Amino acid sequence: MKHIISALVENKPGVLAHVAGMFAARAFNIDSLVVGRTEDPDLSRMTIVVIGDDKVLEQVRKQLAKIVPVVKVQDFTDQPVVARDLMLITVSAPPEKRPEIFPLIEMFRGRVVDIGLKSIMVEVSGPETKIDAFINVCKPYGIKSVARTGTIAMPRQGKGDM
Amino acid sequence: MPSNSPDSAPVAENLPERTGAQIVVDTLVDLGVEAMFGYTGGVVLPLFDRLYDAPIRFFVPRHEQGGCHMADAYARASGKVGVVLATSGPGACNLVTGLATAMMDSIPMVAFTGQVRTELIGNDAFQEADTTGITRPITKYNSIVKDVRDLERTIREAFHIASTGRPGPVLIDLPVDVEVNRHRGNGRAEIDLPGYKIRTKGHARQISTAAEAINMSERPVLYVGGGVIIANAVEELRALAEKAHLPVTMTLLGLGSIDQRHPESLDMLGMHGSAYANYAVQESDLLIAVGARFDDRVTGKLSTFAPNAKIIHIDIDPTSISKNVHVDIPVVGDAKHILTELTKEVKHRPREAWFARIAEWKKKFPFKYDGNSGRIKPQYVIQELCRQTKNDAIVATGVGQHQMWAAQFYRFIKPRQFITSGGLGTMGFGLPAAIGAQIARPDATVIDIDGDHSFNMTMTELATAVQYELPIKVCLMNNGYMGMVRQWQELFYGRRYACSYLKNPDYAAVAQAMGAVGITVDKKEDVPKVIERMLAEKKPCVVNFHVEAEENVWPMVPAGKSLSEMDGLDILERLI
Repeated sequence: MKHIISALVENKPGVLAHVAGMFAARAFNIDSLVVGRTEDPDLSRMTIVVIGDDKVLEQVRKQLAKIVPVVKVQDFTDQPVVARDLMLITVSAPPEKRPEIFPLIEMFRGRVVDIGLKSIMVEVSGPETKIDAFINVCKPYGIKSVARTGTIAMPRQGKGDM
Repeated sequence: MPSNSPDSAPVAENLPERTGAQIVVDTLVDLGVEAMFGYTGGVVLPLFDRLYDAPIRFFVPRHEQGGCHMADAYARASGKVGVVLATSGPGACNLVTGLATAMMDSIPMVAFTGQVRTELIGNDAFQEADTTGITRPITKYNSIVKDVRDLERTIREAFHIASTGRPGPVLIDLPVDVEVNRHRGNGRAEIDLPGYKIRTKGHARQISTAAEAINMSERPVLYVGGGVIIANAVEELRALAEKAHLPVTMTLLGLGSIDQRHPESLDMLGMHGSAYANYAVQESDLLIAVGARFDDRVTGKLSTFAPNAKIIHIDIDPTSISKNVHVDIPVVGDAKHILTELTKEVKHRPREAWFARIAEWKKKFPFKYDGNSGRIKPQYVIQELCRQTKNDAIVATGVGQHQMWAAQFYRFIKPRQFITSGGLGTMGFGLPAAIGAQIARPDATVIDIDGDHSFNMTMTELATAVQYELPIKVCLMNNGYMGMVRQWQELFYGRRYACSYLKNPDYAAVAQAMGAVGITVDKKEDVPKVIERMLAEKKPCVVNFHVEAEENVWPMVPAGKSLSEMDGLDILERLI
């Protein structure tokens, strides 16, 4: 099962290597790992998607918390969260195909961020499944390249979906 | 990401500006460091210059690995933090085995390594290695100090991290320019480690639940690891065992936490543990683990380990709980505190049937060897050492058969007496460990019970023992083989002794050439008087016992088998 783990870490050199090294040394599987700054300049947030059963995840949480510069570890799996990936995708799109492709981008609430002679670059964000679906939709036109982030997530304050 | 932010490090305004090297030495002295181990080199010259007339005893090994093991054993024997210093590149790389050894056995150590100048880092400079990268998985924490303004605080944090919680080695990498740059230091400022929290007190309700389980239990076993010794909780452990009336078995690193002459001691459990400990664990209805981690050498086949037992696990490291074995009642915290609280709530129960059953096993399956053999049996030598030192020597070992025999036949009576590499199983640990222990405990009799091939790995440190006039004793159980490997080859590889026999030097001559005393023993009847002479020696002394070559360690739980499936019991039973 996939778990989204959020770790608040000290913004210091070597922390990412320590976390990544721990996952490798203990044979835990990372699906994705995203690091970025937070509202506090001394802290970064790592969002790690991990695959494993409950026993593995218990160890992952504890081993992460044991790393000295890791300040706080949360598992978002059993709570309502907003989880998002971001993707930049370049799709082959000669002018005659564009009337077909643009409505698809609309449907996925994507944005065209660059236009070339034969291709366009699109930005899409959303849950991982939506990103995967957009890739599938683009395949028939020819995908030139894809860059996507892993998942970032935050627990919901309200109960409803926005 | 920014480098160690200088803003967060307070400055000690009342101290004079000093070089980084002077800050290191002043901070170590202030932290109470009395002895250090290390080897010099290009980028640590500023540090050695300041250490030259510092009030710290400094010991130079013949190889950095030896120095690292010495610092480790110094910590094990004294309970203080062991400190080691090495130069960059090869010096740092040579610490790797020692750091990994200390990490696996949770030993408090701080290692300093020199590094090339900050502006050269990453350029493949002479004697450059990515020391923090190399040592990250084998240290509790490490960091490189790139700004002298962070230096003192980093050192104080390192000692704090190394010695608290589940202890372990911490490494600080010091570029040479940081050693010469000047600063006032940070003084005894508050340590700021937001990610480092230790739970010392155990959860009160968990402790009560554990006490209830103990009070209900008919067939309990207390299973004790090195954590009890690290926590200095041996008195508290004994109080619990006596009040609740519990039999006690120990891991290799737990030996010394209960006087083994005590009738309630079940001695060591596990692969080469006692049959009575292993049977008791398998038949127990409650296993109370304290400062132990359910290592595979202890549990045997996990799925059949203690099948009828409820498990209480007391440990300061939450990652140890339910890592290998599902724990019913976890209590996270300091063993000293938890055992004290637990003892208040337990009741004495006679458990006559259970103790009678244990007594029966003890009578039927004691540790044994063939005492009638005309050859020198290694077990006999160890028994004789134990007898002549009145159970009171500090015993260091290498790794292998001799280590298991030492664990089986030397009867330990107090903590910090048995200094051995448990988790990593580091051959070559014994001699440098004996040196480190002797430095920590100058008045103690320190004996390295070693194997010939373990000794071969680090015997160059004999020169260190001679230089510092340390009266350590080395007892070689010389069978010519890498004994444990040979035993496995005999049992599982059809006696094909591949690469486990090497030609050895004349160890007595080697010892003499290095300035130590060297004695060879070939006859069984010479053993007692040679040991007597050895114990009286003031110089380092190597006694080369030519022991039975193909002796095996029994009993043995083969890898992957249940604890109760011990080989060799039939062999032991046939002995008189």
